[in-house]
Amino acid sequence: MLTRREVLCAAAGWLATRASAEPNLSTGSAGGEELLGALPGKKPLIQRAFRPPNFETPLAGLAPLYTDNSVFFVRYHLPTIPFVDAARWQLQVGGASAQRKLALSLHELKSAFEKVSVTAVNQCSGNRRGLFTPRVPGVQWANGAMGNALWTGVRLRDVLHKAGVAADALEVVFNGADVPLLPETPDFVKSLPIDRALDDGTLIAFEMNGQPLPHWNGAPARLVVPGWTGTYWMKHLTEIRVQPTAFDGYWMKSAYRIPTGAFATARFASQETPENTPITEMVVNSLITSPAPSARVRRGEPLHVRGKAWDGGAGITAVEVSVDGRQTWREAKLGRDLGRFGWREFELPLDTSHSGPIEISVRARSRNGATQPEKLTPNPGGYHDNLVQTARVEVS
Amino acid sequence: MRCLLRRALISLSATLLAGAASHVPSTQAAAAEVTELREGTGKDLTIGRCIICHSVEYIPSNAPAMNRAAWQKTIQKMKDRFGAPITDEEAKQILDYLDANYSGKSG
Repeated sequence: MLTRREVLCAAAGWLATRASAEPNLSTGSAGGEELLGALPGKKPLIQRAFRPPNFETPLAGLAPLYTDNSVFFVRYHLPTIPFVDAARWQLQVGGASAQRKLALSLHELKSAFEKVSVTAVNQCSGNRRGLFTPRVPGVQWANGAMGNALWTGVRLRDVLHKAGVAADALEVVFNGADVPLLPETPDFVKSLPIDRALDDGTLIAFEMNGQPLPHWNGAPARLVVPGWTGTYWMKHLTEIRVQPTAFDGYWMKSAYRIPTGAFATARFASQETPENTPITEMVVNSLITSPAPSARVRRGEPLHVRGKAWDGGAGITAVEVSVDGRQTWREAKLGRDLGRFGWREFELPLDTSHSGPIEISVRARSRNGATQPEKLTPNPGGYHDNLVQTARVEVS
Repeated sequence: MRCLLRRALISLSATLLAGAASHVPSTQAAAAEVTELREGTGKDLTIGRCIICHSVEYIPSNAPAMNRAAWQKTIQKMKDRFGAPITDEEAKQILDYLDANYSGKSG
């Protein structure tokens, strides 16, 4: 239960959001008009919803190798988001399958465990939902509910081992400081299978691109689950529970689920039913960041297709480009390897010696053999849209 | 108790909002939160109930994915799963408003 003071702080935080967003109309990447709004500390982002704040990165913000904190997308489920005081923040660790309870301050978290970093894509499960055909309800994201960042913190595993993990541990449950407004609304609480929680790569991060985590991206500490969709990356982390049973909260049992067996991604066995199962890893995907949609170039002018490719952690082996209606494909040059959880830049020069339209299609291939499909796998949540995308350019 | 808490929270928000208006240009605050919905019977009720928990951009942005059955399902979910304080009679009025103005699903 919130104290009166906490409610006041939370409400004040919400008001701060109201007061400083400065929406204005601008041309979005899809060619339509998008509402732009700046949250405190952020540059103007595409405003999908003001409260809870859901803001996506405009295409230009996804062009750099690392996505700047000031344009990194923002996604919340609940309207009450306190500004957490890092000096007073505590992380509670416990649960029926933990051998002892811990209460860690930010200083203790930073000093008692080895500091590690990982470059990883953070992508909302519903990224591109707004591009689904037929349309699916939910936040109507285009391509920008994602970004690539260097996350620094400590291994979740090291913290769990300090608490002691009992042999019967099945799931680890995570809660953050954001809370519902109405008492009946389910709090946003998520769980991970014990093996993913104990994986080397899963972090409790307190830095993003070398800076303290921005408020809107989970200050003072958040979960980082490389390769898995953003829904597991709990922001403003306050509580970790190790338990011998499957967590049965709304956000695990009813939301963020995909048809069982529909995608070749990691299983989450303790949460699976014959009908559906939680979304887990990201699927192989790519994004054309340049040329911009419907760009025009002069005949003979240099033209490069550039973009990013990523997957759930197998790593990208190739990105192919077609300019003849997907009949033949050429391999693009890949950029720096940032590790298997970061995205991979690609680039290919294109022939502009003839006038007319060019349709540039791009598909990425993962080290596990998966490639981007031509057909969408329908699912009610509108997840995993990794269709081959096409940019159209006019040469004149 | 629950209703009292709700009322308390809503009036608290309203009070703080009035306080905040003194040091921010009101046009900015208004432009940020208020998304106009189409005129029609049930508009005020719809806005009034929905904005307790979320701003109303969701309504026009989701219209292409919605028809009467989908709005019915959504309203039911807000009531049953999220605890939205909407009576059955109000739910019907909200459904009629949303269906008349924001059912854009083709087919």
